[in-house]
Amino acid sequence: MVSVGHTHAQALGRPPTSKRRSWIGWQFVGPFMAVFALIFLAPIGYSIYLSLFRTQLIGGTAFVGADNYLKVLQDPQFWSSFGRVAIFLVVQVPVMLFLALLLALAIDSGRLYGTAFFRISVFLPYAVPAVVATLMWGFMYGTQFGLVGNINEAFGLSLPDPLSPDLILASIGNIVTWEFVGYNMLILYSALRVVNPSLYEAAEIDGAGQLRIIWSVKIPALRGALVIATIFSIIGSFQLFNEPSILKTLDPNLVTTYFTPNLYAYSLSFSGQQFNYSATVAIVMGVITMIIAYVVQLRGMRKAV
Amino acid sequence: MATTTHIADRTPGPKRAPASSHGPLVIRRRRSARGRRSATLTVLTGLVLVYTLLPLVWLAINATKTQEGLLDSFGLWFADDFALFDNIGATFAYNDGIFARWLLNTLLYVIAGAGGATMLATLGGYGLAKFDFPGKKAVFAVVIGAVAVPGTALAVPTFLMFSNLGLTDTPWAVIIPTLVSPFGLYLMWTFATDAVPREILEAARVDGAGEFRTFFGISLPLLAPGIVTVLLFNVVGTWNNYFLPLIMLKDPDWYPLTIGLKAWNQQAATTGGEAVFNLVITGSLLTIVPLIAAFLLLQRYWQSGLAAGSVKE
Repeated sequence: MVSVGHTHAQALGRPPTSKRRSWIGWQFVGPFMAVFALIFLAPIGYSIYLSLFRTQLIGGTAFVGADNYLKVLQDPQFWSSFGRVAIFLVVQVPVMLFLALLLALAIDSGRLYGTAFFRISVFLPYAVPAVVATLMWGFMYGTQFGLVGNINEAFGLSLPDPLSPDLILASIGNIVTWEFVGYNMLILYSALRVVNPSLYEAAEIDGAGQLRIIWSVKIPALRGALVIATIFSIIGSFQLFNEPSILKTLDPNLVTTYFTPNLYAYSLSFSGQQFNYSATVAIVMGVITMIIAYVVQLRGMRKAV
Repeated sequence: MATTTHIADRTPGPKRAPASSHGPLVIRRRRSARGRRSATLTVLTGLVLVYTLLPLVWLAINATKTQEGLLDSFGLWFADDFALFDNIGATFAYNDGIFARWLLNTLLYVIAGAGGATMLATLGGYGLAKFDFPGKKAVFAVVIGAVAVPGTALAVPTFLMFSNLGLTDTPWAVIIPTLVSPFGLYLMWTFATDAVPREILEAARVDGAGEFRTFFGISLPLLAPGIVTVLLFNVVGTWNNYFLPLIMLKDPDWYPLTIGLKAWNQQAATTGGEAVFNLVITGSLLTIVPLIAAFLLLQRYWQSGLAAGSVKE
C-alpha cells in the first residue's frame, strides 16, 4: 500500500520531493497513535511487567522472573482450555469459511433470484450481539421448553441435548458459525467484486465452464481475502469468551472456569484475584495466537506466488 | 471508483464491464451467460438463508408471548395471546425503567466511542495513505502487529490501569478503549489510497490550500463511503460490546444493553431471582432492531465502501 503513491509519483516523472516527506503526516496520524499508545502499548507493557511478579498471601508482591511462565506451561487447566479451542478452531473455522465461500460464489454468480436479498439477509446475524445470539440459541437449544424440546414433543423424536457436556462445544461452534458466516461471505464477496471482468471473458472464450472459472480464476483471486478471513477466525477462536461465558449463566456446571483460555484468564483475575498469573496466561495465549496467525499468513501468501 | 457502481448496480446483465470497452456482441453474450437464473441454486442457497434467519424469526415470534406462552407454545409459532406491546411496555417499566437507561448508556458509548474511533481512523488512515513522514514504517508495523494481539490479553492490565486512575465504573472506562480501531484504520487507509487522487491534492497545494483545508474541503467528501463503512462497523462493535463493559462496570446504572440483558437472564438462575424470560427476549429484539435498521438503510454506502477497501492482490 505504501508503495502505490511512490510508484505513481515516479511514473509521472516528478522528483521524489513531491512526496512531501515531512512531519505534516503526523498531524493526521498523531491523534490515533496517542490513544493507541494509551490503549494498546501501555497495557501490553504493563501486562509483561505484571507477569514477572507474584502476589503472596504473606509478604506482598515479589519479583519471580519467569516463574509464572513456567507455571503456565505446566498448568493442566491451561492446556485443557487450549486443547478445547484448538479442536474448535480445526472444526468450526473450515466449516464456516467453506460455507461462506459457497455463499459468496453463489451470490456473485448472478444466478440467484433475489441476489440483493440473499446478500443482506445472510449478513444480518453479524449485527446481532453475541449476548443476544447466545441467549436466542440457548433458548432454542432447550430440550424441555426450548425449540428442541418442542420438536421432540411434536414429532415424537428424542434429539440429543445440545446443552449436554458432549455437545456443548459443537453447540457453541454452531452459534459462532451463525454469527460470522455472513461477515466472512461479505469479505469474500467484496474481493470477488474487484476481480477484473476481462479474466472471466478470457476464460469463457477459452471454453472454460463456470466450475472451471470458479476453480481457476475466482478461487485464486480470493486467496488474499481467504487468508485474512482465516487469520481473523483463528484470532477469534483463540479468544472465544462471550458465547461460553453466557451459556455458563444458563448452567454453571456446563462450562468450566477454564473452558477457554480467555475464560480462564478472566476467572483468574476477576474471581480469583490472581492478576499476575492471569496476565501471564493472556500473554502466552497472545504469543501463540500471533505465531499461528503469522505462519498462516506466510503459508497463504507463499502459495500465491 | 469503478467498484462503487458495480455494487450499487442491481440490474442483471454485464455488471462489471463498462459498455464502452467491449463490442455489443460481447455484451450480449455475457448477458445471456450470466443472466440465466437458476432455481436449483436459489433453493440450495435458500437453505443457508433459512439457517441464518431462523433464530431471528424465532426471536420475533417469541417476543409476542407472555412468560407462560413461552413455556406452553410451539417455539416457531405464535401463542394464543399476542403480548408484544405488553412485553415492550413491561421491558421499559421493569425495575424502574432501567432498560431505557441502558439504551441511553449504549447510545452514549456508541456516539462518543464509535464516533471518536471513526474520526481517529479517518484522520490516521488518510495520513498514512497520503503523506510520507518519519516513522511511518514503524506506525505500520506496530498497528498491524496490534491487530493480532488478542483484545482480552489487554483486558486485565487495562482494567488495572483504569482502576488505578479511578476510571472503572465510569463511562470513560468503556469509551476510551473503544476509541482505537486498528481494523478501521486499515480499512480507511486502503480506501483513502484509491479514493483520493494524488493529482487533486497536488492541485490544491499549488493553489495554496493548507493540508487541513484540503482534507476537509476536498478529501472528506471523497472518503464518505469509506467513513460510513468504518463508522458502521465501529457502531456494531460498540453496540454489541460485551467483554469490556463486563470487566469495567459494576454499577448497573452504567450498563450497556448487552450486560443488562445478561443480568436479567442470569437473574432466573440465582436463588430467589425472578425469571423474566419474556423481558429478556423482548429486550433482545429491541437491542438488535436499531442495528439491523441501520444496516438495511445504509447498505448501499457501506457495501461500496467495503468493496473498495477490500483485499487486492
